[in-house]
Order: sequence, then structure tokens, then C-alpha cells
Amino acid sequence: MKKAAIAAFAVMAMCGTASADVIKVGVVGPFSGPFALQGKNFKAGIDAYMALHGNTVGDDTIEIVYRDIPAADPAQSKALGQELIVKEKVQYLAGFYFTPDAMAVTPVLKQGNVPMVIMNAATSAIMKTSPLVVRTSFTTWQTSTPIAKVASDAGVKKIISVVSDYGPGVDAENAFKKAFEETGGEIVEAIRMPLSTNDFSPIMQRIKDSGAEGVFAFLPSGPTTLGFVKAFNDNGLKAAGTKFYAPGDLTQESDLPALGDAALGIQTTFHYAVSHDSPENKAFVEAATKAIGKAEELSFPSVGAYDGMHVIYKMIEATGGEQDAQKAVEAVKGLTWTSPRGPVSIDPESRHITQNIYLREVTKTADGKYINKEVQTFEKQGDPGLAVAK
Amino acid sequence: MQTVFSIAVDALAYGMVLFVISIGLSVTMGLMRVVNLAHGGFAMIGGYIASYVARDLGLGYALAVVAAVVFTILIAIPIERLLYRRIYGQPELTQVLMTIGITFCIIGITNFIMGPTLKTIPLAPALQGSADIGFRTIPIHRLFAILCGLAVALGLWYAIEKTNFGIRLRASVDNAAMAAALGVRTEIVYAVSFAVAVGLAAFGGVVGSEFLPVEPYYALRYMVTFLVVVSVGGAGSIPGALAACLLLGAVDTTGRYLMPEFGEFFFYLAVIAIICIFPRGLAGRAK
Repeated sequence: MKKAAIAAFAVMAMCGTASADVIKVGVVGPFSGPFALQGKNFKAGIDAYMALHGNTVGDDTIEIVYRDIPAADPAQSKALGQELIVKEKVQYLAGFYFTPDAMAVTPVLKQGNVPMVIMNAATSAIMKTSPLVVRTSFTTWQTSTPIAKVASDAGVKKIISVVSDYGPGVDAENAFKKAFEETGGEIVEAIRMPLSTNDFSPIMQRIKDSGAEGVFAFLPSGPTTLGFVKAFNDNGLKAAGTKFYAPGDLTQESDLPALGDAALGIQTTFHYAVSHDSPENKAFVEAATKAIGKAEELSFPSVGAYDGMHVIYKMIEATGGEQDAQKAVEAVKGLTWTSPRGPVSIDPESRHITQNIYLREVTKTADGKYINKEVQTFEKQGDPGLAVAK
Repeated sequence: MQTVFSIAVDALAYGMVLFVISIGLSVTMGLMRVVNLAHGGFAMIGGYIASYVARDLGLGYALAVVAAVVFTILIAIPIERLLYRRIYGQPELTQVLMTIGITFCIIGITNFIMGPTLKTIPLAPALQGSADIGFRTIPIHRLFAILCGLAVALGLWYAIEKTNFGIRLRASVDNAAMAAALGVRTEIVYAVSFAVAVGLAAFGGVVGSEFLPVEPYYALRYMVTFLVVVSVGGAGSIPGALAACLLLGAVDTTGRYLMPEFGEFFFYLAVIAIICIFPRGLAGRAK
């Protein structure tokens, strides 16, 4: 009896995917631990997409298999990726909050015949590690480049750059430096702070002493941004008229209630603001808020996940549900659609998303909520970081 | 010259905040001989209660501080009776395993109840903004933190060295059996000391929240910092902890100003140097 069952199971397993099947999508992300909020946003974006577009493509039913990776851990990520491909037989891999986690899995994509859709990890170089990777989030280069133009348009000539000392921070510093120097500006000093910094007063003193007219800052979203912004205000830099520029990681929506009045007036550039005014975004925010439970927890990873699902649905459509990674990726090259963040497309060369980058200002709405209000649009921005990525 | 003064003021403020948050741990480790890794957890509970009272209920900062200390102690009493009482006098490994477990429970429960987002504690109007102290502006909140540190240091020193309770506490710690034989109710002495330590943790969590924001992973994120302060100062010594905080605050702040790229290199270098010269901490007593 037992043998018969095993044999039947083996036959079923060998058949692979026929038509009218269940297609599994494996999603790897931080669903517990310090970054659980970002994983929650992944799930909210995916749930929102499936709520609005159904859970079937053609005859096939889509099933999401979640795997939790609480912190950046390449070895664990690789193990999870292999488990999803071999044991769960997923046809698509998606998610990935941290760059090292995504990088660890890209080498097995070809052998597994599985495309990967990155919903967050924001380092340019990932795209070079495998031709089967498509990304629907952003890169730090992409979001940090336009702010240099904002600074130079405001007549600022001397800027001090202050970033957290890790991959994306260094990316942000380089991106801003390159773009700002091209406009004729000068970076008077570049400071890299350890990630664990919690007292920013000495840094503020450095900024004061440097004689810069403005500061460019990059810190990962989360607790430290609060300390940084407060220190900036409390040490009299805001009052002294020092300008503050940063990519939008610093003012992500879920941190804004904590930042409160301290953040008012901060200008950041980013690819998505929850307050974006469009019918697509309205529908998305409604569905995603329902999925996540609390409106104030919704922030940018959700939209990366939502668009990631869009790309996966298009891939499934193009391959008719058959497992063919190369064909799936080819099908979405040049794909254009209207995302909740605005018009976007997949660049055929880099397989990274081309999108509008918005300049936003933190403002308080009439009902006392803090939002990133979009004030200027930089249209169709590609990823300038890929050219310099090693 | 102005920069030197500026850094000195920042260092003093940072050192004092470290002191307020860590001194409770110094009391549990030095006087009660319990390696309490859940110390940061209690500081975090205090922060959450203060945030709830001040921000969600809108009852003001002063009340939030009092509520944080009182309710954290109330939460800690059953934990002390049911869990900590079993590990007094046990080997360090047992204590570490038990208290790290408690820490994970606290993290999980607060994450579940309060959510994963940052929580702030709105300051009283009098503590907001900056004050001009001649050569620079300094956030008033920092001056407040410095004063709190001094008050806590003086209060504790007086309580342990000069009061009747302090004598009983020191007697219980040095020789529990003998103290009990002489009529000291050691159980009560321990319970009260534990409550005081937890209350100080909560107080530090609230006062220090402008430096170390309140979020579910607070308890783990700053655990090493607290332990370092206690081991450098010498467990159980108030002047030792104060000296350690001021010294480490000065080293860390200066290092961060001059060479931020080096990160916490100078901080840990100082720790290694001090521990090499004073293996029991600056004011540690021989066992």
C-alpha cells in the first residue's frame, strides 16, 4: 500500500506541470525579526494584486509559498531558494529584501529553470549575476541621482555627504557625488557612519564645521533615521538654514508618524509615495491596506511586490503555464504598464524597472497625518548604477 | 576650542544617558549577582508604556515617566517571583539562558501587541527645543538627561551607602545565610532591589528614548552596550559605573567626531584597555 502510494506520488511529481495546474511562486523575505514590517509589506502587495486580479492566469491557479529569512543571510537564502525549487517545485522565485540574499540564489536559477523577480533588493550589480533576474523595485543609484539636480537647482554649491557605512550607503554617496559634481557642485566632505551609530551629535558638529550649505544623507529606513533627523533639528542645523537632501528611504511612510513635526519640510526623491495621486494607486492602497491591517504600516516594499506579481502574471501568460525561464524573461523585456507609482516599463537591456522618480516633501495633511507630498517628477529614470557596477 | 567644548558637552550628555539606562543592570549584576540580559527588555517595556500614556492617551510627559516606572515594576513582580527567584545563586550559564529567553519573549509579545513600528514619547513643552549655552545650542532634553543621571547617581549612592536598607542589602549580598540568621528578611530585600533595578531600567528607557528609540528589538540591539558599561565600571559600583559611562561616552563621541569611518573601534579599544588594566572594572571589588 505504502509502496503504491509512493509510486503514485513519484508519477505525479514526474509529470511536472500540465495545463490547468497549480503554479507555485516562492517568495523569500523577512517575515519575522527586525525587518518583519518590510516582509509584511511584501505580503500586502502580493495579496493586493491577487485580490484585484484573481488568483488564476488562464486555466492555472497561482499559489504563493512564503519562506522567512529574518536578516540578511546568504547561506540561508540559498538553502531556501534550493528548497523551493527542488522540493516545492516552484516555477518562479520572488521577494528578496536584501542584496546578499538575492545574490546567493541567482547562481541556481539557470539549472532550476526558474526566473527571479526581485521585489526590493536595491544594488545595481545583482542584475549582472544572472540573465534570469527581473527587478520591480528601485536601486539606490536610481533614487539618489535626481536629488543632486534638486540641490543644484536650489543654488546649493557645497554639500557634505553623510551615509551609513554599508553597501547601499556607499552606493548613495557615489550616485549623489557623480550627479552633483556633474552639475558643478562640490562635495566638501564625505562621512561614512557605522550602521550602529545612535548618537548623531558629533556628526552634526562635523556638518557644522564643514561649512557646507547642505547635507546629503542616507540611512536605512528604521530606528536610526529618527535619531538622525532629531539631531539635525536639535543641534540647530535646521534653524541655521542648512538644507537637507536624501533619498526616500529616510522618510518611509511607516516611520513618518514617529518622525512627526521633526521631518516637516524634508525633501527626498523616491520611486513611490503612498500618497501618489492616481486611480491605480487609490485601488492599490485600498486593497493593500486591507491586506496589511493598519494603514500606517504600508510603505514602499508593497508596491515592489505588487508590480512583481504583475510581471509574474505576464510571464505565466506568455509561457502558457509551462516552465520555461528564458521564455518567461524574454516575454517581459520591454513590458510597459501603469503601476500604482506611475508609468513604468522593464528595460530590455538591464531587466530593471524604468520609472518616474518623484521629489517629495514631508507635509502634514488637514487631518493631522504626515505624508510624502510629490512636488516634482523626473520622468523615465533608468538605473545609472549599472554602468559602474562591478 | 569651541569644537572641543561642543564635543565635551555631547560626551557628557551621551555618558549620562548610558549611565541612567545601565545602572539598573549594574545593581542586579553587582549586588544581586544575576546576569540579567533581560534588562534592556524592561527598559523597552518602560518606553512603550510611556509612549502609550503620553502619545496615545495624551496625558503628558511627567505622568508618562511615573506610569512607565510603576507599571514596569508591576509587570516585573510576577516575573521575579516565578522565574528570577529560581536563578539567584545559580551558575551564570543558567542565568544567561533564562534571561535571554525572557528577552525573546518580551520582544515577541511587544511586537505582537504594539506592532513593529517606531514609537516616540512626546516631550513636555518645557523640554522641547534647544537652549543657548554661550558657545553653542544644546537640546534642552540633553540637559534634562544629564540632571537625571546626576540625580539617579546621588540617590542610589545614598540609598546603598547611608540607609538602613542599604546595610541590609549589602549584608544579604555578602552572606545571605548569615544575614537571614541575624533577622534580615533576604527575600524581601532581594524583591525590593529587583524592583528598584527594573524601575531604573524603565526610567532609563524613557529618558534615553531620544537617543535609543523605542522599537521591539531595542532589548537586543543595545544589550552589548549595557553589558560593556557594567563590566568596565565594575558591577555594583555606582561611582564605577558613572566613571565608565563618562569615559566611554567621551571616547565614543570624540572618535565619532574625528574619525566616523572607524566606527566603534575606539569605543571597544578603550574597553579592552580598561579591562586589561582593571580586570574587575574601574571600581570592581575582589570576590
